[in-house]
Amino acid sequence: MTALLPRRGLAQILALIVILAVDRVVSPQFFDLRLQDGRLFGSMIDVLNRGTPVALLSLGMVLVIATRGIDLSVGAVMAICGAIAASLADSHGLPVVLAAALGAGLVCGLWNGFLVAVLGMQPIVATLILMVAGRGIAQLITEGRIVTFTSPDLVWLGNGAILGVPVPVAIALGMLILTGAVVRGSALGLLIEATGGNARASELAGVGTRAMILAVYVWCGVCAALAGVIAAADIMGADANNSGLWLELDAILAVVIGGTSLFGGRFSLVLAVLGALIIQTMNTGILLSGYPPEFNLLVKAVVVLAVLLLQSPKLSGFAGIMARLRRTKP
Amino acid sequence: MKGLPPVLITAIVLVAGFALCAMQFPNIASTRVVGNLLTDNAFLGIVATGMTFVIISGGIDLSVGSVIGFTTVFVALAIERWGVPPLVAFVAILALSAAFGAAMGAVIHVFDLPPFIVTLAGMFLARGAGFLLSTESVPITAPVYSTVSDFALRMPGGGRLTAIAIIMLVIVIGGALLLQLTRFGANVYALGGSRATASLMGVAVGKMTVKIYMLSSLLAGIAGIVFSFYTSAGYSLSAVGVELDSIAAVVIGGTLLTGGQGSVIGTFLGVLIQGLIQTYINFDGTLSSWWTKIATGVLLFAFIALQQGLVALARRPVAKRAGAVS
Repeated sequence: MTALLPRRGLAQILALIVILAVDRVVSPQFFDLRLQDGRLFGSMIDVLNRGTPVALLSLGMVLVIATRGIDLSVGAVMAICGAIAASLADSHGLPVVLAAALGAGLVCGLWNGFLVAVLGMQPIVATLILMVAGRGIAQLITEGRIVTFTSPDLVWLGNGAILGVPVPVAIALGMLILTGAVVRGSALGLLIEATGGNARASELAGVGTRAMILAVYVWCGVCAALAGVIAAADIMGADANNSGLWLELDAILAVVIGGTSLFGGRFSLVLAVLGALIIQTMNTGILLSGYPPEFNLLVKAVVVLAVLLLQSPKLSGFAGIMARLRRTKP
Repeated sequence: MKGLPPVLITAIVLVAGFALCAMQFPNIASTRVVGNLLTDNAFLGIVATGMTFVIISGGIDLSVGSVIGFTTVFVALAIERWGVPPLVAFVAILALSAAFGAAMGAVIHVFDLPPFIVTLAGMFLARGAGFLLSTESVPITAPVYSTVSDFALRMPGGGRLTAIAIIMLVIVIGGALLLQLTRFGANVYALGGSRATASLMGVAVGKMTVKIYMLSSLLAGIAGIVFSFYTSAGYSLSAVGVELDSIAAVVIGGTLLTGGQGSVIGTFLGVLIQGLIQTYINFDGTLSSWWTKIATGVLLFAFIALQQGLVALARRPVAKRAGAVS
């Protein structure tokens, strides 16, 4: 567990607790939970449920950022995969739908990874291509319409429950455990961090940096595909224009809040997901408080700036203070 | 001389594309269509000019679309609700957007943060501030607006060179001169080549960073005013995604995204190519507008791959020569 949750997570956990406390003040029934039709309901569950797409995206994004990369295309990939899932849902079974959508995500990730790892493009540029073209492709699939479906299997993915836990939340949790087991259960995570820390040195030390980079973009594509399917299942339709719009930014924000440096190197999956939860808790809090949702963007901007300043190499900042506190502890 | 080939390729693509379109739809080759093309893409041309400076200096500015949105709302509210004379409103918003850009540049330099994430915060901030002012579309009825909208130079063949198209052309030419002929422009290239080297050569890196982002935001402010002329309204959701369009125009125009190489003229050609694709799709009628995005994506890929190849080619002989000298 210590491998998954390093000590540096303290600041994020504190931030989440503070925001939760504020939410509790704003809305007294925030922590109320009730069981209805075999599914838990309540604001907390709502936060988890709505936070799922960004949490899934941040799982892939954190690995990409750990290799000193960035994936701007995840929102567009969500739109593509959501469109594929929605168009196939009523004519094919769930396994086919999932295989097609996740396969498309994999191909998108492979494309990004190919551009970055093989052609040596800057990640921000390489993924910009799919970010621009991807939404067009998604609209090509839906033929410009909002495709709706009624397939109960796919709807269950978005709105069902397993033992009272909403399915999206269970999927996100499963993906977190799976990703964590794969990258931290093996040396893979270390190799990814090495690639991000210094690609050239790692290459010389025998790390297959190209394979690492290719792999993280593919995984990012698959995570985005899953997020796209869940987003489509949630609204029982695919909107190529708006599905996943600006979510790449939220995912990057979640990773940054989670303390992973944009300069590559060390990363934490759990903290990235925690970052996604912090963002969603803030969003829900603003909605519950009755302020117009427009405040979301302003609050997000302030949070980004605050986190950035704390992370800034020029400031010893929060991390420095925390480190010093830790050192002085007996 | 080094920056010439990519621009030349862009120019060839534009001319060839235009010729192809004109063969299929002879009506495209008229001053009327060209005039409209300039008018429709006036704000994009202005914003992309600023983006060129930022990208050549090795940075990126994701906030420009939001600044345009904020500007249109601010101008509309100032004129219609607060009773401010239009000219005063323009000066105020330009000062505000320049200060906004300067602040972003200062944060990037002082805290040594990636421009990408700082301008992302700026994007949220400007869009959020626009939402706070008004979430509705505010129509502008000031007489200046109808005067400017009606003003146009007649071109032979019945085309109209509108006021906002003229503003764009002036800014593009001014930007090109600023980049090519002044010390400021030379410093922009130096910064993009290598920050450390530029600093050792005596370029005030901090001041330059602030000025470059200030210029980009200022031009985004002007683009916002032009956009409000174009639509005669202010709307906080306007110009969503323009940052991507302008980055695409800059890249298609042959500017290296790693910085150090590029030109304003190339960017202008890039804007025209995007406008041409849109025009073709409008003329065709059966193609849907999402083909614009796909075509732009394909062009982006082609140009970036081309640059990658050119850079790889350029490196080899240099390495050999260096080896021969030593």
